[in-house]
Amino acid sequence: MNPLVAPIGLSHYLVVGSILFVCGVLCMATKRNVLGVLMGIELVLNGANLNFIAFGSPMLRADQSNSIGLDGQMIALFVIVLAAAEAAVALAIALNYYHTHATVDVDQANELKG
Amino acid sequence: MNPNSIIPTLLATAWLLPLASFVFIVFFGPRMGRHGQRAATVATAAIIAACLLSFTALGLWLFQHPLGHAAHGDHAAAVAPLAGDWYALGSFGALTISVGYYIDALTIAMFCMVTLVASCIHVYSNGYMHGELHDVIDALAPLSNGEPMRRHGRFCRFFQCLSLFCFSMLGLVIAGNVAMVFVFWELVGICSYLLIGFWRERKSASNAANKAFITNRVGDFGMIIGLMALWASLGTFSFSEIFSQVRPAATEHRLQVPDGMIKLAKQGEVAEIVKRHSGDLDAAQKEIAAQLPDWRAQGYGYGLLMLAGLGIFCGCIGKSAQFPLHVWLPDAMEGPTPVSALIHAATMVAAGVYLVGRFYPVFTPEVLLVIATVGAITLFMAATIALTATDIKRVLAYSTVSQLGFMMLALGIGGWIAGLFHLFTHAFFKSLLFLCSGSVIHACGTNEMPQMGGLKRRMPITALTMLIGCLAIAGAGIPTVVGLSGFHSKDYIVAQDLSFWSHNPGFGGIFFFVALIGAAMTAFYMFRLWYMTFAGNPRDGYVHHHAHESPPSMTVPLLILSLMAIVAAWNIPFTSIGLDGLLHQAQPLGTAQTVTGQLVNVTMPAEHLAHAHENSLKAEWMAFAVALTGFILSTLFYGARKWNPDEVRRAFSPIYKFLLHKWWFDELYRKVFVQPALRVSDWVAAIDKKGLDVIADGLARLVEWTSRIDDWIDRVFVDDIINRLARWTYSLGISLRVLQTGNIRQYVIWITVGTVALFVLMSMYWDYAIAGI
Repeated sequence: MNPLVAPIGLSHYLVVGSILFVCGVLCMATKRNVLGVLMGIELVLNGANLNFIAFGSPMLRADQSNSIGLDGQMIALFVIVLAAAEAAVALAIALNYYHTHATVDVDQANELKG
Repeated sequence: MNPNSIIPTLLATAWLLPLASFVFIVFFGPRMGRHGQRAATVATAAIIAACLLSFTALGLWLFQHPLGHAAHGDHAAAVAPLAGDWYALGSFGALTISVGYYIDALTIAMFCMVTLVASCIHVYSNGYMHGELHDVIDALAPLSNGEPMRRHGRFCRFFQCLSLFCFSMLGLVIAGNVAMVFVFWELVGICSYLLIGFWRERKSASNAANKAFITNRVGDFGMIIGLMALWASLGTFSFSEIFSQVRPAATEHRLQVPDGMIKLAKQGEVAEIVKRHSGDLDAAQKEIAAQLPDWRAQGYGYGLLMLAGLGIFCGCIGKSAQFPLHVWLPDAMEGPTPVSALIHAATMVAAGVYLVGRFYPVFTPEVLLVIATVGAITLFMAATIALTATDIKRVLAYSTVSQLGFMMLALGIGGWIAGLFHLFTHAFFKSLLFLCSGSVIHACGTNEMPQMGGLKRRMPITALTMLIGCLAIAGAGIPTVVGLSGFHSKDYIVAQDLSFWSHNPGFGGIFFFVALIGAAMTAFYMFRLWYMTFAGNPRDGYVHHHAHESPPSMTVPLLILSLMAIVAAWNIPFTSIGLDGLLHQAQPLGTAQTVTGQLVNVTMPAEHLAHAHENSLKAEWMAFAVALTGFILSTLFYGARKWNPDEVRRAFSPIYKFLLHKWWFDELYRKVFVQPALRVSDWVAAIDKKGLDVIADGLARLVEWTSRIDDWIDRVFVDDIINRLARWTYSLGISLRVLQTGNIRQYVIWITVGTVALFVLMSMYWDYAIAGI
């Protein structure tokens, strides 16, 4: 069956989510700019969010009597809030890092290495 | 409120004010003003307030008990003392020990005298001790490296001790029982110790403090024996109870052996009687009471009464520096001069005389004879030593000892009023003399009279007041007309001596002549002191050049005291109120009678016999004549320099040496008491070193070896395990350390690779059982 013409289902979501995730990881692994790394993190989190929402679909649930069916969306919302908090902290670190080292290159941040 | 309750309250307040000042200075002293300067104000204010209260009490007392011209020996005129208890310390059945008061004219007079002299001395100390207001460099207390010692000033500490002393002295005077007297007796002792050793870094001062304290212990030992004799036989310490038992009203206050002492002396028989009346105590008591007169007639218990009296007197020997325990007083001059004036001349050393006076009703004629003998020996010996001393304070110290001997002699031969009269007048002129000498020392910086001379022009006020003091102590006056205070008091003593001689024709003359010779020597050495210090040409230019008159805080007390030295013996003009009348009123019941000893044939003449016109006239002229002789001799030797004292010194060289070495007393005591004690302590030290130390050392060595073995086990086994573990951990850390590159991208790759590896691993071994499905 051609996935491009099949009706949109769970696997489409998963595929998009994993592409986002892999993009994020690659971004984190390759960017030297600290802001690029932060963006990679955002991508990873959103890739995971897509998975939560996809798996939270009411279609996949056998028992729907004692739930309003929004579990996945709820967790996704939590993740978004966490991402915002994390971004705030990370940006503060980045800013201070820039102040002290006059650069945003993460490779320069190796003073704590063993 | 009636005066009977006001007077004890007033005196108690006067007594406790110095205590309050002491406590206050203990806690806040160093923070009061610069270097505790305000402490002096507090202490002085407290003692002046006490002085005012005492004089108020005196006024009240006189208002209530006007001094009558009571016929001598008239018992009806005697004023009952105010006695009572404030607080019971403890009671054991019928026996109690309490804090109480016994107030009669003597107590109040003592209060006035002590607080007045102490007030003057407090004011004086403000000026004298100003050197303690800043750090002191004491050249007399070298450190081990030979440099002079530096220390902080101790101004407030000085006043703290003075306040404590005033409290103790007043407590001793107001005490209502002998136990309380003993407590305050020891308290004045410790104050004396603290103040003699005020410059404790000086070897001589700390030695003198120890000597004073230890010598007093010897006397106090006797006192404790006396206290035990009283407690065991009479079961009370209270003055009023003791006196009423010893001199009951039934016998017209004649001395008799109290029942308790007879029972104690015959305790075998008493036990026998009680056993015979098994169970019937009343009958037993009745039989004992019936036996008592017989036993008393046989003289049982008399020894116990003498023991009690002698024991109490032993304490007085120590405190009043009588022979043979006089050795501490001259050394006590190491203390600051105001202390010498207050404690070692005017008040504390007079406490012994006071106690003899207070306890007078208990003394039997035999004990009185002992007191008189001790007093006579002391008086003669100390006067001879004072003739050769060159340290200005030592002359005064020996003079004090000698005058205390005078008082004891007077008391011992029945002159209760004479002895205590001399106590009061002596307190004023001797504190005056000491303060003057302090002023001189302050100005010259030395105690040695041979370095002084010619200070009259430099220090006119001190010279004048000291001259008044010398005249007073020498007993200057115009016979039958008027005289300084010492003239009157010495007259009384000589008159009593004369009366005693006429009653005891044999040996009575000894006391009389000793007193006369003593009086002559007193005049001699006092004017020798004055001439050497103030008259003639300066002997040491440096000292003379730097001498200056003292500040007003020191000269004003001198003027007040010199006024007192002149008038202390006089009645207030146009009245019959005076010290003499006060003491007449205070004379204990029954002691104004002629008594004869039971064991020794000695007669103590009643005091009023000495005041018979013929007798007192003779005494007055004789005392005047000997004092004049002493004065003239002194003037010839030291004033006019007609005769050379050095020639006399050479002619009587052995005697001179004997006197210069103070009759070899210190050397004798060192040989007889100090060195044996040191030898015993050497033995004990040797036992310690050779016996106990060896055992202790052996034990120590055993412990040491055990611990060595323990140490080895620890090192080799326990430590090794721990060390190995630590080494492993360390090398693991070192090898893991290379993973921490600090490169974030690398970490991300590791995370990814790790995740993928986990997935691969899980896909290989996946089983639905793992998920629990």
